[in-house]
Amino acid sequence: METNKLVLVEHFCSNCDINFSFINALNEYGVIEIIVVDDKKYILNEQLKTLERAIQFHYDLNINIEGIDVIHNLLHQIDDLQEELRMTKSKLKVFKVDE
Amino acid sequence: MEFVDYYNTLGLNKKTNQKEIKAAYRKLARKYHPDLNPNNPEAENKFKQVSEAHEVLSDPEKRKKYDEFGKDWKHADEFKEAQRQQRQQQQAYQNAGGYSNQQEFSGDFSDFFESMFGDQGKSSQGRTRQTKFRGQDLNAQLELNLKDVYTTQKQTLTVNSKKIRLTFPAGIEDGQVIKINGHGAPGINGGPNGDLYITVSINSNTDFKRDGKHLYTTTDVDLYTALLGGEVLIDTFDGKVKLKIAPETQSGTKVKLKGKGFPVYKKENEFGDLFVTYNVKLPTNLSDKEKQLIIELQNIRSHGNK
Repeated sequence: METNKLVLVEHFCSNCDINFSFINALNEYGVIEIIVVDDKKYILNEQLKTLERAIQFHYDLNINIEGIDVIHNLLHQIDDLQEELRMTKSKLKVFKVDE
Repeated sequence: MEFVDYYNTLGLNKKTNQKEIKAAYRKLARKYHPDLNPNNPEAENKFKQVSEAHEVLSDPEKRKKYDEFGKDWKHADEFKEAQRQQRQQQQAYQNAGGYSNQQEFSGDFSDFFESMFGDQGKSSQGRTRQTKFRGQDLNAQLELNLKDVYTTQKQTLTVNSKKIRLTFPAGIEDGQVIKINGHGAPGINGGPNGDLYITVSINSNTDFKRDGKHLYTTTDVDLYTALLGGEVLIDTFDGKVKLKIAPETQSGTKVKLKGKGFPVYKKENEFGDLFVTYNVKLPTNLSDKEKQLIIELQNIRSHGNK
C-alpha cells in the first residue's frame, strides 16, 4: 500500500497528544482500521475525519468507546438512509406531474 | 440585540458550580453536536448557543463579568478596560499555542457576546492540549442545469480566495457530493486543511425527467398519425431522432430508445435509455364536415362491432 495515503499513528498521537491505547481501542471496535506496513502502524488518510470526530466525542463530550462505536454505526445508517432518500426522491420526480 | 441568559441556555441557575456547568454543557452538547445531527441547522444553532454559554460560564473571569454587568450590556464603556486586559491575556494564551474546540463555531457567537467580550473574548476555554487538528470541512452548493451535466463540466471556483479548477464528470447526479481534499478551512496548529464538500444541485429545466442513467419524456402524437401510423421527430440530448409510429398506437404507449439516455457517471461511452411516452392529442375546433365524417366513422365502427 502507498504510504502517502497513510498517516503514521505514532505521529498522529504525538501531534494530537492522544494515547495510542485510545486509537487501538477504536481499531478493536472497528471504528477505524490500523494498517501495519513494515512493522509500523498507520491509519488511512480518509479515516482522519472519523478519528478526530471520535476524539471530540471522547475528550470534549465525555463519550466512552462503546458510545462512539454506537454513534459511528448510527451515523453510517443515517448516511445510507439519506442516500436512499435521495434516490427515492429522484425516482419520484419522474412521476411528478408538471404544473 | 437581546440579553442572552446563559444560565437558562444550559438549564442552570446562578449558584451552579463549575462541575455542574461542565456536566450541563456536555449533556446538551451530546444532544445537539452537529456531528450527531447531520444536516440539522436547528441543532447546529442550538449547539452554538450552548457553546457560547459554556464559553462564558466556564471561565471564572467571564462569568464574573457576565454576572455583574450582563443585564446592563448597553453600558459598554464600563467593560472597555476589562476587555483591554482580556485581549492581552488572550494574546499571551494564543502565543502559547492553546487551542479550543469551540473555535469551529466562534465566528457565530451572538451580538450580545461580541458586545460583552469583544472578538478577542472567544475560545479561551476548552481543550487546552496543544494539538494539531484538521481544519473544519466546508460545504458549498453548486447549481448546474440538466443539459450541462450531460457532458463533463470544467468549472473554476474561487474558494478561500484561491481559484480551483474542478471537473464534474458527465452523468453526475442531483444531490451528489464531491469532496475536494484540502480545500476546507486551514488546519489548526499546523494540522492539515479540512476538505471542501460541494453538493451538486441539478435544475431539471428541460422536457426530460431523469432517474439515474435513464431519461423520460412525453411527446404528442396527432390522432391521425396514431391511427394510421407515421413518424414523429423528437429532441434528445444527442440531437433529433425520428421515431416510427405504428398504426393504431394507443395514448400512453411507451417506447425505449436504447442508449439515448444519460451518460453513466465515470463510465465512458456508457449511456442509459430514453423512454418516450406517446400522448395522443385529439383534434379540437372540429368543422361541421369533420363532425359528419366522425359520426360516419362512429356508425361504421358500431355496425362493424355487431
